[in-house]
Amino acid sequence: MSEILEFVDVSKHYGAIKAVDHVSLSVKQGEFFSLLGPSGCGKTTLLRILAGFEQPDTGRVILGGQDVTDLPPYERKVNTIFQSYALFPHLSLWENIAFGLKVAKRPKKEIKEEVDKMLALIQMEDQAWKKPDQISGGQKQRVAIARALINKPRVLLLDEPLAALDLKLRQRMLIELDLFHDEVGITFLYVTHDQGEAMSLSDRIAVMSHGSIEQLGTPAEIYEAPRTSFVAAFIGDTNFFDGIVAGPLQKHSPFGGTRPVPVDKEYSRLIIGDLPDLECYNDKQIKEGERIFLSVRPEKLRISREPPKTAPHLNVIEGTVEDVIYLGAQTKYWVKVGAYRISVIQQHSRFLLDEIPIKWQEHVWLSWHADDGFMLEKYDEQDENLILTPPEEVGETMEDVPIAVAASEEEYRGDSAAEVPVS
Amino acid sequence: MKHSRLPAIVTWLVMGFFYLPILVLVANSFNSSRYGGQWESTSLKWYIRLMGERDIWQALRNTLAVAVSATLASMVLGTSAAFALHRFVGSRLQKLHYGLIYMPLVIPEILMGLSLQLFFVSLNVELSLVTIGIAHVTFCLSFVTMTVLARLQDFDFSIVEAAQDLGAGWWTSLWRILIPMLAPGILAGGLLAFTLSIDDFVISFFVAGLGSTTLPIKIYSMIKYGSPPLINALSTILLTVTFVCVLGSHYLSNKGQKAA
Repeated sequence: MSEILEFVDVSKHYGAIKAVDHVSLSVKQGEFFSLLGPSGCGKTTLLRILAGFEQPDTGRVILGGQDVTDLPPYERKVNTIFQSYALFPHLSLWENIAFGLKVAKRPKKEIKEEVDKMLALIQMEDQAWKKPDQISGGQKQRVAIARALINKPRVLLLDEPLAALDLKLRQRMLIELDLFHDEVGITFLYVTHDQGEAMSLSDRIAVMSHGSIEQLGTPAEIYEAPRTSFVAAFIGDTNFFDGIVAGPLQKHSPFGGTRPVPVDKEYSRLIIGDLPDLECYNDKQIKEGERIFLSVRPEKLRISREPPKTAPHLNVIEGTVEDVIYLGAQTKYWVKVGAYRISVIQQHSRFLLDEIPIKWQEHVWLSWHADDGFMLEKYDEQDENLILTPPEEVGETMEDVPIAVAASEEEYRGDSAAEVPVS
Repeated sequence: MKHSRLPAIVTWLVMGFFYLPILVLVANSFNSSRYGGQWESTSLKWYIRLMGERDIWQALRNTLAVAVSATLASMVLGTSAAFALHRFVGSRLQKLHYGLIYMPLVIPEILMGLSLQLFFVSLNVELSLVTIGIAHVTFCLSFVTMTVLARLQDFDFSIVEAAQDLGAGWWTSLWRILIPMLAPGILAGGLLAFTLSIDDFVISFFVAGLGSTTLPIKIYSMIKYGSPPLINALSTILLTVTFVCVLGSHYLSNKGQKAA
């Protein structure tokens, strides 16, 4: 696949605010690419720069090999789906869809054929002569898509297209968008603050914060191996342990003797407040004595009444169940371990009623493999609000991926407890 | 609780003061008697007599010529002014601009008339229908600007961006999207301007030259030298036209509000 779109070192300032800060990225032909981030992270500005509604202060925008930075919006082969749809209220749906071709002065016969084809694609042939205020939000969305696609843009830009719809409709449009993308094979550039939408639709995601890209990768890469604590907290649910790197792990000597023990450079030992020392895979260069955050996703944790069988690189901690939320397909536990409140998600793969479920106030063991945690630098103070988002709010958008970010307040108070000097 | 009757009484009194004289005028226009005091019989005699009055028809033609051209000019200028005011809201120059546009709405008409006359005379411009038209534009402009500005305030400009995004240059987006969508507001302002122009007396009186008598000026001189019943009939017609225009303007701005 070749590159259809490239941002080269693009910046845009509004007064002192850096809306977009030296962003470079490229999108491949036919890709479904998402710009994901909280409001104010610069994702919409980047989209508007590509559409031509904003001029970047520095940098170039390359579309299909051609530098379009200085072209006006109407000379760029991209089309936008606006958040408000921006259908023309005084024109019928048919005329709305035909607008692009009419402006391009295409022959009448061709316009008619193309518009009818589009109406068939969005399954609204029978409503062609209605006005936009006579149709529902979901239908407006489809008309907006048809109106853009009829021009065969190199890239279709979607600016939070589902934000104005209610939950049920949003889920249906999500599937429709995916089908449209497969059907027309056009490159989609999708802007959203909803990680559920981005995860389920995208081939690749660029997570943005404060005008720059935090991480770029496939949904799985971003979820499984977040590079910053912002990404870990913004995408999905996670537990943060505030700790200090105690150095490379000492390998178990196969002979158990007194000979010098070789060091396992792959894993590090971490000191986390009053918890037992934990192990974590070295996914990046970390110095001894460095302060880090260990992030562990709730679904990577195993919960059990009995202590788990010891195994190499298995982290085990003990705690008390503080809260149990039964969610049907899964159960969510909040477990108090020292100063931490840890969230655990257990999938129910077996028939549950035969088991005696773990209850409130029970003593439990939590375990996870050292490979399942990742070490991150400390997050910004500004990102704290993000991490404290209540689980319910975001959890609605997708069912399979555990969403919502969680880390309890205790973790922040726990900061002081963790600052034990390394000896 | 017993409701006080006072508000209702006051309302009816005010309505009476406002509209009774007009009703008397309208009624008298159908009175065949020459004097308003006594009722002889209902007739359309004055309306028929009106048909034969060449001077009055000439005055009506003048009035319409002035009103139509002043309205069209102020629709174009007023819409452009509203765009500028909306687009650069907050800048100091535009605050001054707004003040200038707003001024004719509050300034005493006699002052406007007098200053316009002095202006034309000092420039050695001959007073004519053209000067009346220019004078009318000065105040018609304000009404169009205010109406269009109100419509622009809740206008979703992403629609214009959408048009450009779909390949329309600014000229096409102006004619295919912006103007049609704002048309109700522009027309409402225009109708308002039209009604103000056809019945303007004070300003027209100052800037009218020989042979450029408009209808209100004609009516004024008829009261002095002519026959009152004819004026009643003429005023009734004028009243009806004004009323229809105001209703139309109101309907259009309501319709525009709903569409947005």
